[in-house]
Amino acid sequence: MTMTLGFLQSIGRVFLAFMGTAGRLSLFTISATSHCFRAPWYFRIIGRQMIEIGYYSLPVVGLTAVFAGMVLALQSYTGFARFSAEGAIANVVVLSITRELGPVLAGLMVAGRIGAAMAAEIGTMRVTEQIDALTTLSTNPMKYLVAPRLIAGVTMMPFLVFIADIIGVFGGYLVAVYKLGFNPANYLQNTWNFLEISDVISGLVKASAFGFIVTLMGCYHGYNSKGGAQGVGAATTNAVVSASILILCFDYILTEIFFAK
Amino acid sequence: MTDAPPKISLKNVKKAFGDKVVLDGVNLDVAVGESVVIIGGSGTGKSVAIKCILGLLTPDEGTIEIDGRDVLDMTPREREKLNMQIGMLFQAAALFDSLPVWENVSFGLLAEKRCGRDEARDIALEKMALVGLKPDIADLSPADLSGGMQKRVGLARAIAIDPSIIFFDEPTTGLDPIMADVINKLIVHVNENVGATALTITHDMASAKKIGDRIAMLYEGKIIWAGPPDDVDQSGNDYLDQFIHGRTTGPIKMAIRA
Repeated sequence: MTMTLGFLQSIGRVFLAFMGTAGRLSLFTISATSHCFRAPWYFRIIGRQMIEIGYYSLPVVGLTAVFAGMVLALQSYTGFARFSAEGAIANVVVLSITRELGPVLAGLMVAGRIGAAMAAEIGTMRVTEQIDALTTLSTNPMKYLVAPRLIAGVTMMPFLVFIADIIGVFGGYLVAVYKLGFNPANYLQNTWNFLEISDVISGLVKASAFGFIVTLMGCYHGYNSKGGAQGVGAATTNAVVSASILILCFDYILTEIFFAK
Repeated sequence: MTDAPPKISLKNVKKAFGDKVVLDGVNLDVAVGESVVIIGGSGTGKSVAIKCILGLLTPDEGTIEIDGRDVLDMTPREREKLNMQIGMLFQAAALFDSLPVWENVSFGLLAEKRCGRDEARDIALEKMALVGLKPDIADLSPADLSGGMQKRVGLARAIAIDPSIIFFDEPTTGLDPIMADVINKLIVHVNENVGATALTITHDMASAKKIGDRIAMLYEGKIIWAGPPDDVDQSGNDYLDQFIHGRTTGPIKMAIRA
């Protein structure tokens, strides 16, 4: 009897903790979002964050995209060759990159690069009382720290993904033309013909949503970190892991919304 | 004292974290221009008391008034306005390491848009000179400074907004005796010449006697003694005696946890 009770208790405890976290996260999200729309805006910090997310993430996102495009071309070629559908690989590459792999891979890479950095920076500011110091200097930390990062994430991710799309398609082109012997003009024609504007737009909307998720997770875990260096480390891990899971989860949900008819 | 309401007034302030009661009904009035020092052992809730006054923590019970106004009832905007006249020196300085020293000092001025960046830099250099910092460190990152210098930068930041109330959290901890005395003199200077009301928490008795008009001892979440520094040595209070002489025997039992 006591064993069953203990078992149920532990389930209940986990459930309550989960509900508590969900509630805190919701409140944080609402408060952070509302601060994005209310003055004052710290343009200097927004600008710095935009450069950090949009510009300095370019090499790592570009590299990911080029290899994703290359491997897609190679894989679909070997797969499609079995039923002589090699001609379709241009479509496969461009659709997978713009709809899925561009935003998802960029989102995951940015989660590792930016989400972790944000959690570590804000977490350190929390444990060294810098966030308290902000409050005493009549500066709302949600406005000063969180809102600029959210704004930068939401606005810069689509640009980043747009560039990643182009680089990814180019990667597929490289493999198709120089390794698999496709005619360059034909390949480009195929890429272009089957691409619809909605494919790109849906990918960019996803990118924006992922930018929100990554920066929100980085800020939330950093903001609520406690307990010195270890706490900051845990916050960083949690920021990356939760952002990655949420990206994949929302990727499905958004795809469902866009394309399920 | 006059009829004017006390600058800071704590009435029956209680705060607990889970089961652990930290403040158990603190009552304290600080008059305008007065310098009060709260002493007490580590972990007796001194920092919690200050954080409650600053609005960083919300007490479970009781009222806190500044200039006769209940700060717990304030809207966030009013609270922000009030913070404009409060300076705070944090224990570990809590400087913003993403900003150079001068921007740290003038952060409050810039946040409140009291002046442009050029003027803010001039004011920052002026305040830095007040605490004995040379202008050549103005563009360094706070991480490049020694602990004592960081503390002085923190002090410069706290006084840069010309506050009418200023809080010091362990201002002399971690400083050599000479630097500690420099900081003590600065605090006295800020208190007397600028006319700011000061509330300091410390366990450095030498410092407490130098900077305090009044000393209050916090023990087990209550103020158990308060009086002028001259009375500290013959208070007849066993707790206070034990604390100021740093004896291990006496009514205060140090909970030594495994």
